[in-house]
Amino acid sequence: MALAEVAESAPRSAVDAHARPSGRAGLRRWAFLGVVPFIAYITIFLLIPTGELIVNAFRDTHGHFTWSNVDQAIHGQNLAAFGFSMQVSALSAAMGGVLGFLVANAVLHDGIPRFLRPVLVSFSGVASNFAGVPLAFAYTATLGTTGLVTSLIGHVGLHVTPLFLTNLLGLSLVYLYFQFPLMILLVLPSIEGLKKEWREAAANLGASSFTFWARVGLPVLAPSLLGMMVLLFGNAFSAYATAYALGSTGLVTTTIGLLINGNLTLNPQLAYALAFGMIVIIAVTVSLYTLLQRRASRWLG
Amino acid sequence: MSVQTTPVASRLASGGEQRRPWSYAWRRARSRIPLWHLLWLLVGALVFLVPLYALVQYSFSGLASGQSPFHWYLTVFDDPQFGTSFWMSLQIALETVVVGLLLMVPTAFWVHLRLPRLRPAMDLVSVLPFVVPPIVLIVGLIAFLRPFTWLIDRPEVLALIYVVFALPFLYRSLDAGLRAMDLQTLTEAAESLGSSTARTLFTVVLPNLRAAIIGGALLTVAIAMGEFTIASLLAFNTYPVYIYNIGTSQSYEAGALSVISLLLTWGAMLALFVLGRGGRTPTQTGIIK
Repeated sequence: MALAEVAESAPRSAVDAHARPSGRAGLRRWAFLGVVPFIAYITIFLLIPTGELIVNAFRDTHGHFTWSNVDQAIHGQNLAAFGFSMQVSALSAAMGGVLGFLVANAVLHDGIPRFLRPVLVSFSGVASNFAGVPLAFAYTATLGTTGLVTSLIGHVGLHVTPLFLTNLLGLSLVYLYFQFPLMILLVLPSIEGLKKEWREAAANLGASSFTFWARVGLPVLAPSLLGMMVLLFGNAFSAYATAYALGSTGLVTTTIGLLINGNLTLNPQLAYALAFGMIVIIAVTVSLYTLLQRRASRWLG
Repeated sequence: MSVQTTPVASRLASGGEQRRPWSYAWRRARSRIPLWHLLWLLVGALVFLVPLYALVQYSFSGLASGQSPFHWYLTVFDDPQFGTSFWMSLQIALETVVVGLLLMVPTAFWVHLRLPRLRPAMDLVSVLPFVVPPIVLIVGLIAFLRPFTWLIDRPEVLALIYVVFALPFLYRSLDAGLRAMDLQTLTEAAESLGSSTARTLFTVVLPNLRAAIIGGALLTVAIAMGEFTIASLLAFNTYPVYIYNIGTSQSYEAGALSVISLLLTWGAMLALFVLGRGGRTPTQTGIIK
C-alpha cells in the first residue's frame, strides 16, 4: 500500500516539476499582491494610529520632542493609576486563574458526568463575553448598596461599603466574571493533555491525588498555568467599559477615557503617554506569555 | 514462574489491605463521590449564576402595585431612543460583518492556497488587536483621523474600526475551516477541470466554508453589538452607550436593557455552538470589557 502510494506520487511530482515552467514561478512572485488589501487595512486602522500615538507621546503641543508627557505619566496620580490597574489585574488574574483551574480540573474528574464538559465550555464562552456595561449593572444588582448579596450577608452582620465595587477587591471580583471562564477555556486542553500514564504510574506507586498534583501535575503545568495567568493579567489590564460603568476613576484606562472624552481643556498629550505606557506593559505580558508557553511545550508537546 | 509469584503478590495485596483498610476504603469512596471537585463546580456555578440571577430579579423589582412585572421592559420599548440606538448598533454590526468578510475570506483563501509561508505571520498579525486594546487604539485613531471629519463624524467609522477587532476571530474561524477541507486537492481538481481561481473560490471553497463564515460572522456581531469604549468616546449613541446613559438616571430600565443585551449574547453564542459542533471555533472575544 505504502509503496504503491510512493510509486504513484513520485512520477506525479516529476510531472509537476516539468509542468511548472517559468509562468508559475512568475505568478508566485506576484502572489503577495493577494494580501495587499489586508495589509493596507491593518496599516491604516491599526499600525498608523498606534505609531501616531507613540510618536505623539514624545511630542509637545507644538510638535517638538519632549520627555515631559512620559515623565508626567509615570509620576503622582498617573503612577498611582498604573499601580491600581496592575493590582486589580494581578488579583483578578490570580483569583480567576485558580478558580478556573479548579473548576476545569473538577469537570474532568472521572466521577463527574461527561456531558458537563461541553456544557461548561459553552457557559464559559457566554460568560467570558458577558462584560462591559451590562456586567457592571449585574454586579450593582448583586453587591451594590441595595444588591441581592449585600442584603443577604447583611442579615449575617457583614457590611458592604457603598464604594466596594470600585475598590481593589470589589473590582477584582467583578473582573473575575470574565477572567475565570477564560481560564477554563485556556486550561482545559492542558489538563486533558497531561499524560494518563503519569497519573497511573503515580497511583501505582501509592500516590494520592494530592501527591500527584504536588509532585507531578503542577510542576509540569506550572509554566503554562503561569502563562495563562499572565494572559488574564493583560486581559484585565486593558478593560475599560466595566470599570467606567461602575464609576471607577482610579485605573489607567478610565484616566485615559477622562482625558479624551471630547473635553478639549484637558491634556491629550498625557493621554498619548498613558496609552504608550499601556502598550509597553501589554507587550511585556505578551512576551512573557510566549516565553512561558515555549517553556511549557517541553513537557506538553 | 506464575506459581512462585502468585503467593507473593497475594500476600502483598492482602498485607496492604490489612495495614490500612480504612484509608483504602476512604480513598475508593472519595474517588467515586469527588466532594472536593463537586465543591469547586458549585463555587464556579455560583460565581457564574448569582450576578445573572440578581440582574434578572432587579429588572422585575421596584414596581408599584398593579404594575405589570414587565413594566421596566415595556417602558424601555416605548422609548424611541431604544429603537434608534438598537437599530444603529445592528446596522454597524452588519456593516462590520460585510467589510470583515470581504477582507478576510479572500485573504485567508489566498494565504492558504498560494502563500502558506505567510501563515505564521498571519497568526502574529491576528494577535495585534490584543496588544492594542480599544482604549489604546481610540487614542491613536483620534489623533490620526481628526483631519478626516467627514469620516469620523459618521457612525460607519465604527464598523471600519470594529473590523480590526473582529479580524483575529474571522481569520481563526476561516483558518480552521480551510485547514479542515484539503484546499490544495479541491482547487487542483477544479483547476484541472478548467475553473478559474475566482470561480473555484465561489463554487468550491465558499460552500465548504459556510459554517466557518457563519461562526466568524456571529462572533463579529457579538463584538460590534457590545462594544462600548470606542463608541462612547467618539460620542455615538449605540446600544451599549444607550444602556449606560439610561443607567445614570433610571437604573431599573438599565437592568431590563442589560437583560436584553445578555439574551442577545446568549443567542449568538448558542447559535455558534449549534453550528460549530464539528469544528473548533473560538468563542472568547475579550474585546467588550
